[in-house]
Amino acid sequence: MDDLDRRLLNIAQADFPIAARPYRLLSERLGISEGEALERIRALAESGIIREIGPSFDARRLGHASTLAAAKVPPERLEGVANIVSGFPQVTHNYGRDHEYNLWFTLVCRDAGEIERTLEEIKARTGISDIHELPAERVFKLRVDFRF
Amino acid sequence: MTETQIEIIKALQGGLPLSDEPFLEAAQKAGVPQDELLAQLRAWKDDGTIRRFGAMVRHHPAGYSVNAMGVWNVPDDRVEEFGRTAAASGAVSHCYQRPRFAGFRHNLYTMIHGKSREDCEEAARQISEQTGIADYELLYTTREFKKASPVYLISEA
Repeated sequence: MDDLDRRLLNIAQADFPIAARPYRLLSERLGISEGEALERIRALAESGIIREIGPSFDARRLGHASTLAAAKVPPERLEGVANIVSGFPQVTHNYGRDHEYNLWFTLVCRDAGEIERTLEEIKARTGISDIHELPAERVFKLRVDFRF
Repeated sequence: MTETQIEIIKALQGGLPLSDEPFLEAAQKAGVPQDELLAQLRAWKDDGTIRRFGAMVRHHPAGYSVNAMGVWNVPDDRVEEFGRTAAASGAVSHCYQRPRFAGFRHNLYTMIHGKSREDCEEAARQISEQTGIADYELLYTTREFKKASPVYLISEA
């Protein structure tokens, strides 16, 4: 990744043009051609630095519900349980952590009822009953950009 | 939500195609004119329904590979002050208040990023000193099992 990639990535994360020719607008800001801007973005996607280009919705404003969940899993079962949890499309993030509660995952569902049903199904399919639902009561900070 | 809005959200699941007219392809997928799709996306960005539109990055910038979930036990009447102080830390990406549960007395969560555990510990120590909240733990990530964009499960009804 060179300097131009870094500048392109910083703009493309925060300010990707919502316009018919977005790469032309990006390229004009960097003084390169439209084709080069697109090729650089493609290369960043192929190397895995860019996951995708699209919207981050505020799930609540779409009427969706989200929560964090904490599970206590016997350490020798962590990987197997984690894989079952990850298999649910409602699960967006799923991390092992060095704590008695060793599996932490987030759910985005179409409503609160679906969160309850999904957690019940996770409990049934994993046999793990010690799972706590921890919805955000207040958000003080939510930063999604990373500066390169 | 209207049918058109639902089609637009579905068409954007998984991200835009990497082509020079990505919104045109998305509009065709959604079955709406490109102008209408662009206008809707701009309106959603303006009103906050879309928090951000752009490249989603898988990895943290080179070196910022350690992440710790800081969990803090903050008295209810000090939550506001703590939240504002923690949010001001450059090492903190997310800060939420969440319910306590039996056996877990912590109610404030801070995602802390650093190049090393020492960085994360130092950032937490600073927040602790600034707020006077000394009851906290750092839970380090041992495995990343999944990190994906939400699938917006639009009710068909």
